[in-house]
Amino acid sequence: MLALWRREFAVIIRVFAMQGVALATIVAVLAVHHRDAELGAVAVGILALRAGLLPYVVHRALAGAGEAQRETRPLVNVVTSLLAAAALTLLAYAVAQPVVALAPAPATQAVPVGLAVVLMGFFVLVTRRRAISQVVGFLLMDNGITAVAFLTTAGVPLVVELGVSLDVLFAVLVLQILTTRMRAAFGHTDLDELRELRD
Amino acid sequence: MTTLLSIAPVVLPVFGALGYATAGWRRATEWLGAACAGGVLAAGIALAAAVTSGQPHVALGGLLRADALSAFMIVVIGAVAVLATAASPGYLGAEIAAGRATARTARRQSVLVQVFLATMAFTVLAANLGVLWVGIEATTIVTAFLVGQRRTRAAVEAAWKYVVICSVGIALAFLGTVLLNFAAAQRPAAGGEGGLDWASLAVSAPELDQGVTRIAVALLIIGFGTKAGLAPLHAWLPDAHGQAPAPVSALMSGVLLSVAFYAVLRVKVISDAALGPGFARALLVVVALASLAVAASLMIAQRDYKRMLAYSSIEHMGLLALGGAVGGRLAMTAVLLHVLGHGLTKAVLFLGSGRLLQVTGSTAIAEVRGLAVREPLLAGAFGFGVLALVGLPPFSLFASELGIARAGFAGGLGWVTAAALLLVVLIGAAMVAHTSRMLLGAPADGPVGGPGAATAVRPSTPARTAVPLLAGLAACAAIGIALGPLGELLRAAATAAGAAP
Repeated sequence: MLALWRREFAVIIRVFAMQGVALATIVAVLAVHHRDAELGAVAVGILALRAGLLPYVVHRALAGAGEAQRETRPLVNVVTSLLAAAALTLLAYAVAQPVVALAPAPATQAVPVGLAVVLMGFFVLVTRRRAISQVVGFLLMDNGITAVAFLTTAGVPLVVELGVSLDVLFAVLVLQILTTRMRAAFGHTDLDELRELRD
Repeated sequence: MTTLLSIAPVVLPVFGALGYATAGWRRATEWLGAACAGGVLAAGIALAAAVTSGQPHVALGGLLRADALSAFMIVVIGAVAVLATAASPGYLGAEIAAGRATARTARRQSVLVQVFLATMAFTVLAANLGVLWVGIEATTIVTAFLVGQRRTRAAVEAAWKYVVICSVGIALAFLGTVLLNFAAAQRPAAGGEGGLDWASLAVSAPELDQGVTRIAVALLIIGFGTKAGLAPLHAWLPDAHGQAPAPVSALMSGVLLSVAFYAVLRVKVISDAALGPGFARALLVVVALASLAVAASLMIAQRDYKRMLAYSSIEHMGLLALGGAVGGRLAMTAVLLHVLGHGLTKAVLFLGSGRLLQVTGSTAIAEVRGLAVREPLLAGAFGFGVLALVGLPPFSLFASELGIARAGFAGGLGWVTAAALLLVVLIGAAMVAHTSRMLLGAPADGPVGGPGAATAVRPSTPARTAVPLLAGLAACAAIGIALGPLGELLRAAATAAGAAP
């Protein structure tokens, strides 16, 4: 939600890191609840990855920029963004109906919130013009999906969770390198300039 | 023994990658990639022989599972990879000679291509939906640098779009995976334990909750459809395929799309069992027609021959989706045959287009004139490739398109099939028109003039470039005339893909 409001990249990244902490807390609570040591280890892993490593990588991509530290001209202004967020949350509640109905429990009641985060990440992704904002939007989506995974069941099998985390990490690293190259080729990371290729 | 066979397609390319990483790109290692690809093909054939008659084989503690469908996909990956890697020495040699590549970039490309092969093989052998997801996302990451290899503005743009669009699409598929896991965990018999294993999901599918499964299947089909180049999230495909180096385009177009489509087929098996055939069918019909319409509208006024081939890939993926929507024995067999035929033909065409780019220095259709006079062999391969692609006999695409159409009319999707065929004919006519402008007619202004300057340096296509092109076309024609032992494998694979035995 805050990510829609603020335009400074540094603040957006801090919000993202806090979300990572919240996600790790959810998993930790689940671990205590189920008395499951494996789940506890997963919680620590999530904390390290989503609250530490990923924000660090994004931050480094930003530090190399030396350009405007703000999202200059988002396609949609702040008020409209916040209204859109409200609408997306309602949509999330509507879509999640069958999920909540299947197993009414406090945890599954919270599933729409996770879905709302996914939708908002998508919204950030399509309305922002800077490369870094898109990366953050993608990561928000991923956080939301992971939240849904842990709220519905105790997460996907461990080997899958590991593979997914690795994939996300690599995807962000790849995007970071591409941002650097984009800056070398274009001089900035304004995605509106990406119009070499079209029919 | 079978365990070894089912690990080999993943391990061999990894060895290939290690070989290139340590030894670099030099004369002695030129053919290492082709050797590894050949190994993958051989392992695929042996694996097919092992599982066609007997039970699916499970390896590595349930992580990998090979049934006839997986084995068939390994064969496709191996066959296309052999073509692409066998053409690489010629392609990279010419690139290095022209100063567009160095031994260092050639080495990096070779390493990444081998890792790419390994991830694709891993994907089709994965025993569960989550592991398959990991494999598909890994292919995106590995190929990102292959697409953006040239570091020009266009290449960076293509790579960025590719990674962002595919990652988002795949993220949707992961959300679907999570929801399916939830549905599986809520089964009465499960006692809260989820499970993403193909086999057990397909068996227990009728017990899955309808509402949740419906959301999950829709997300999975759209998500994996993104990676297969199906509409609505297809925008990355022409850029990425247009910018990647030719052997990489051949692999991406020839097999990567089919590997993602393989995931859609697996999801469809579960969906059919849980929700009845109607739901996945409706989704796939919409996606198929949208893809065909997009391809047709952008094909007609196309000015770039690599992008023309890329839109043709969208068209063929649309046809596969249509075949998947029809379902049943005839349609599934035709779909799988189409995967193989399209892989071979498209690989030949992209490899040919790579050579064409080296000869003419441009990817614009208008810059290529009278190729039949200047480069008869290359022009012949390209021309016959396009004819194969639009579905003329004796090439196998004729048989498979006919199969899909017949099954469509018989299976109650008559109007949809008729509309699809109309679009296919339109696309075919546009492609033939573009190609004939490139191949026929007098050369523009002599071989040395303008961007055609490279012609003077290399007057004719060398054998090591020509052989993979001709071999691919010959294989495609041979399959079109007689299936031979492949028929048995196709039958078993179609059964695994949900056709009633």
